[in-house]
Amino acid sequence: MTLDFSTLLPYSGVIIEGLVTTLWLTVVTTFAGIALAIVVAYVRDLESGIMSRLLGGYVEVVRNTPFIVQLFFLFFGLPALGIPISATVAALVAMVLNLGAYTAEILRAGIDSTARGQHEAARALGLSRLQSYRHVVLVPAFSRVYPSLISQCIIVMLGSAVVSQISVFDLTYAANFIQSRNFRGFEVYLVVTLIYLLLAVGMRRSFELVGRRLFAFRQGGSA
Amino acid sequence: MFAFTKHRFYRQALLALCCTVVTGLAAVSAQASDLATIEERGTLRVAVPQDFPPFGSVGTDLQPQGYDIDMAHYLADQMEVDLDLVAVTSANRIPFLQTDKVDLVISSLGKNPERAAVIDFTDAYAPFFLGVFGTPEAAMIDDADGLSGKTIGVTRGSVEDMELSELAPSDTTVQRFEDNATTISAFLSGQVDYIATGNVVAAQIAERNAERAPTMVFRIKNSPCYIGLSQGNTALKDKVNALIEQAKQDGSLEAMSQKWFHTALPDDLSN
Repeated sequence: MTLDFSTLLPYSGVIIEGLVTTLWLTVVTTFAGIALAIVVAYVRDLESGIMSRLLGGYVEVVRNTPFIVQLFFLFFGLPALGIPISATVAALVAMVLNLGAYTAEILRAGIDSTARGQHEAARALGLSRLQSYRHVVLVPAFSRVYPSLISQCIIVMLGSAVVSQISVFDLTYAANFIQSRNFRGFEVYLVVTLIYLLLAVGMRRSFELVGRRLFAFRQGGSA
Repeated sequence: MFAFTKHRFYRQALLALCCTVVTGLAAVSAQASDLATIEERGTLRVAVPQDFPPFGSVGTDLQPQGYDIDMAHYLADQMEVDLDLVAVTSANRIPFLQTDKVDLVISSLGKNPERAAVIDFTDAYAPFFLGVFGTPEAAMIDDADGLSGKTIGVTRGSVEDMELSELAPSDTTVQRFEDNATTISAFLSGQVDYIATGNVVAAQIAERNAERAPTMVFRIKNSPCYIGLSQGNTALKDKVNALIEQAKQDGSLEAMSQKWFHTALPDDLSN
């Protein structure tokens, strides 16, 4: 079999459209997912009411079911319950819920490693509950679990390939689309694999850059 | 010893020769039965499918059922002969006709030049097409421009995907799904209000989900089914054509369409 990448040229627009979708889905998911995770981790760590139990249930359900099933549930299940949801929104919601649940658990590990006494000391020094949580608990927690957090975000970006199953025009959808037209599967998937690889490496680099600024206090080794 | 072996060789050669001649004669005598032969025999032999609902399948009572089977019954009844149904597959339905094992092939047979070179076709008797289907309330769409602004679900890489991508205007949203099951789910769950598929698939959806039965609003590609018979069998062909026309007029075809496809016959078949 000979490789012929020229057959892909007429479809470059399709690949770019798919790439753009994958990119913005990933960016929105990363921010929204981490925000959700902070709330969930906060509530589960510091409260012990019904809310905490509910969020615990959410984390367990998401972490113990396949992503594609969650996606199909949202896309096919919600309209049947009378809640209209477009493919893109279903994909976004599924990705945010997924990242939120995993990241909340990662964060909790970081939070638990901060001695409770520190939190109490901060309160005794006059910091409000939220201030103390933010500066004394959350930021150090983030800095400790940052590498795991990066990996989790990359996993969700790569996992977003699944949303092509509900007709979201992402990078994988573009690849399947082209493959069904020119039957050049190997070339298409080779190109798309390289794009995913570059995306993952690029994400890791960006996260590390941001991390160096956010957690500058650790540079002195005094964390 | 040698003589005996030689003797046996000649006997075998003679036997082989006889077999060849007999087979050859049989092949020559495998001429198609014409209308007179069928009437004299009192039995119409029809090749029907048993693995392709709603055209032909085996019912829960183990009896063949379907549009093709009903068509065969209609012809035999009108010709006032008995009916002998012969189950065939799509691969062997034409050989069955060529070797005079059946008189007619009523087996969702499409017309193409390769087939036309070896067998003859009557008029069309059954609908077979790719189309855009909507909900039962959906309005008809007259031409491809009417698809503008609509969201249509289709199975990626299928013939209907190719055809639809070709003719749909640029502002039509084509949502492509991995397989037929997912496309059907997208339609039934209300994720898409239109799907592009074949009338056979649409009939199967309608069978199981009457309140959201897919209704054809636009035809993409039409290749109706014809009854196959051996070439040069003019009297039989004329007879069958006359009966197909009669079935159109007396509403039998329409009733069969309603029964098996849960929809009216397309215009090109209803007169």
